[in-house]
Amino acid sequence: MQGERTEAMELYIHIPFCVRKCNYCDFLSAPATGAEIDRYVSCLCREIRMSPEPDDVPIPAERVDTIFIGGGTPSLLTASQLKKIMEVVRENYEVAQDAEITIECNPGTVDLDKLKAIKELGINRLSIGLQATDNESLKCLGRIHDLNDFLETYANARKVGFDNINIDIMSAIPGQTVEAYRETLNKVIELKPEHISAYSLIIEENTPFYDIYGEDGELNGHPSLPSEDDERQMYYDTREMLSEAGYHRYEISNYAREGYECRHNNGYWTGRDYLGVGIGAASLIDGVRFSNVDSLKEYLAIYNPDRDYVEPYHVSIDKLSKSDREEEFMFLGLRRCEGVDRTDWMRRFGCDMDSVYGSVIAKLTEQGLLESEVDRLRLTDKGIDVSNIVLANFLQ
Amino acid sequence: MTDQSKIRNFCIVAHIDHGKSTLADRIIEKTGLLTEREMQEQVLDNMDIERERGITIKAQTVRTVYKAADGEEYIFNLIDTPGHVDFNYEVSRALAACDGAILVVDAAQGIEAQTLANVYLALDHDLDVFPVINKIDLPSADPERVIEEIEDVIGIEAQDAPLISAKNGIGIDEVLEAIVHKIPAPTGDADAPLKALIFDSLYDSYRGVIVFCRIMDGRVAKGTHMRMMATGAEADVVEVGTFGAGQLFPCDELSAGMVGYITASIKNVKDTQVGDTITDAARPCEEALPGYKKVRSMVYCGLYPADGAKYPDLRDALEKLQLNDASLQYEAETSVALGFGFRCGFLGLLHLEIIQERLEREYNLDLVTTAPGVVYHVWKTNGEMIELTNPSNLPDPSEIEYMEEPIVSAEIMVTTEFVGAIMNLCQERRGRHIGMDYIETSRVLLKYELPLNEIIYDFFDALKSRSKGYASFDYELKGYEKSELVKLDILINREEVDALSFIVHKENAYERGRKMCEKLKDEIPRHMFEIPIQAAVGGKIIARETVKAVRKDVLAKCYGGDITRKKKLLEKQKEGKKRMRQIGNVEIPQKAFMSVLKLDNDN
Repeated sequence: MQGERTEAMELYIHIPFCVRKCNYCDFLSAPATGAEIDRYVSCLCREIRMSPEPDDVPIPAERVDTIFIGGGTPSLLTASQLKKIMEVVRENYEVAQDAEITIECNPGTVDLDKLKAIKELGINRLSIGLQATDNESLKCLGRIHDLNDFLETYANARKVGFDNINIDIMSAIPGQTVEAYRETLNKVIELKPEHISAYSLIIEENTPFYDIYGEDGELNGHPSLPSEDDERQMYYDTREMLSEAGYHRYEISNYAREGYECRHNNGYWTGRDYLGVGIGAASLIDGVRFSNVDSLKEYLAIYNPDRDYVEPYHVSIDKLSKSDREEEFMFLGLRRCEGVDRTDWMRRFGCDMDSVYGSVIAKLTEQGLLESEVDRLRLTDKGIDVSNIVLANFLQ
Repeated sequence: MTDQSKIRNFCIVAHIDHGKSTLADRIIEKTGLLTEREMQEQVLDNMDIERERGITIKAQTVRTVYKAADGEEYIFNLIDTPGHVDFNYEVSRALAACDGAILVVDAAQGIEAQTLANVYLALDHDLDVFPVINKIDLPSADPERVIEEIEDVIGIEAQDAPLISAKNGIGIDEVLEAIVHKIPAPTGDADAPLKALIFDSLYDSYRGVIVFCRIMDGRVAKGTHMRMMATGAEADVVEVGTFGAGQLFPCDELSAGMVGYITASIKNVKDTQVGDTITDAARPCEEALPGYKKVRSMVYCGLYPADGAKYPDLRDALEKLQLNDASLQYEAETSVALGFGFRCGFLGLLHLEIIQERLEREYNLDLVTTAPGVVYHVWKTNGEMIELTNPSNLPDPSEIEYMEEPIVSAEIMVTTEFVGAIMNLCQERRGRHIGMDYIETSRVLLKYELPLNEIIYDFFDALKSRSKGYASFDYELKGYEKSELVKLDILINREEVDALSFIVHKENAYERGRKMCEKLKDEIPRHMFEIPIQAAVGGKIIARETVKAVRKDVLAKCYGGDITRKKKLLEKQKEGKKRMRQIGNVEIPQKAFMSVLKLDNDN
């Protein structure tokens, strides 16, 4: 079962900086000074040069066919910092000719020149965080931009030739009405991006929103969250309106025009190897999952570019067992609308899927939550609505 | 042979917290059986649970040697008695093994309901009782008032009662001398046929049952072929001996007046029932000692393993506990909702809690407990009477002529300012007012008759909260009375859940049904469909709540860095399910089955 190596892998690069932290964000990111960012970029380059060593974790593949620069707000980096990173990546990995290379960017952090520079680095996909088109919602979320900033960024991106753009939008924002959300959907559809990620706001712990909307939170005059019925309506509107506009849903929260599904993210759900660099980044190489330290201070010390000798250091190293991999195959694979493939399972695990999950599949199928088509198994629409309950069944 | 005139067999009676165990410790310490280093905080309380709850569950006994002021050595057998009303019968047998009793009364709190109950019990057994006023070093101590109270209420001489502080070792010598002079020596006939009272027993996996007994007449030694007169069991004595503190000291023989233990390779405590009389099968005594009663369970509930696969473990654990506790009864039963388990009978709610805790702690079992109930008498139209311990077994209403429920006589002592509140409480619990006596100007003894099923849940808690802790309470079973009782059924998603049914008075059915539904609505998680929760009496729905359906439960995001965390979330969801019971399509958390116990929390 071991040595299930894919020829090429995915590379994730984490940039933990932002202008200001949004009220809902629990990602590893924080505002920083120019000098700090510079220092981080040097360390990041040093880490990429090092790559994991065999006595630490398995050696990653040499070929990379997708790259995702995420954050935080990676577009906060200067063009020359981004250039430095991309150069080091290309020096150390064989980046496929047709690689999908994405960078996340926030309106208000990129102008025409920077977008041009980004394009010149070979980065060919932009993921722009819009979240909502009404300025009240944007303010409530703590975003640094308004609708016009976004429209300008989007127009500039098209101007410099980006032909693969994702727009992130969000539903269930405090105070948001069903009407306001439809307006967001309509405005985004009008712009004709290639890809739309539509998330429902989740109140995560350790965020300002948690103090207001969390378990013991108090509204204290803040707008309340949409009612359950409204939230559900938004969720259905997303599916219907995007589908009418020619976007097909290929994962629980992701919609694309034919051929523009995000290859990088698809890789996560189909169990491909990925290497994460930068603080807190997670990797999965050859059946072993591991992470980088999540403290900036520690990270800067480990990959200090002034030191002669640097040793890679990883935490939470976890060799996945067969049952871990089986579980992940199902609960990640079923997030995709095309579902999981029984032949693929057989090839990976050397047994019939039913020998492990037969009774679970039968029960969920009977409940109308799963459906089978030839060799594929996927969630029904109803199954997607309650996917947490469904997917929990696949844990052994 | 020990000189009976140098033996003192006695016990200490007191209200809970008045310092019984502490005084026992001081007596043991002063008589020098143990060095101070060996003294554990409370020598008599062996079991963890006892220590934590600060009460003595099983009677234990200790033998110490005291060198008195007259220069003679006296043997003190201090027989410990459990302090809770659940164990009244055990208390009465322990008292029967004594010749006298020390009454400990708190110098600040004075006499409490339980003090009275225990003193009367001691006086009923013709024990010589002498009072001791404890905690005299408390700022609120008022020994004069307490002495007066003892004389007025109990009617025993208290002017020369030792004023002590067991905690700080004040006045203990006085107590020791009082034991020598005020407790009578035993007067048995060592040459008569053997007659010994079993007042406790304990199971040891090496020696079998260890019988605790008081020799009234005759003698017993290794080789005696003994017979238990009530159960008829016979066995050859392997060893006899006396008690240290937590240890057994073997000796050659036990003779009239002595307190000690007997082992005889007996396999089950059922053969050595408390209160039974031991005699010599070869030379039996003519008549057994009076007062033997077969222990009867007052409270029943279903105990089920949370994990169905642990059923054999629960059975083994109950078997082992019963070896040590003849008052624990159980029989296998099956519930549609909970699977295989046991219907268990207990002396009272405290006894139930203790057993439940021991099963969980000592045997590592995760349990689901159904609502405790009492034993009802169901008279059928064909003249037959069934003792109903499980509501599910109630016959069809058409076959029932009438039903009876157990009634207790209760004594509640309370300060005058709370009399109104406590009388209201008793009224709410269907109590019948019998009488009211003034103990002193500020304290009242209320006498009520109450249905047992109204006091087993939370009566004691309600009593304490409505009297700011000042009320004390004691009761004994009076008998059975005809009552308008109905079975309240709970339907979840239109299916009757047998483990949630209970018997309730007709007048309270609606109220309890409504509360039950509300409670279950909070306990049952939302499913993918709507779940009606209904309460019904005789097929008629009297209350209803609805658990709304989950229509959306989605993790919006799951990318590379999230996988581990998201998997944990799903695991948590799955873990939650494990602790659920499947009833039809509905998963019910185990604690929902116990929520019925807490219906009156808003009092």
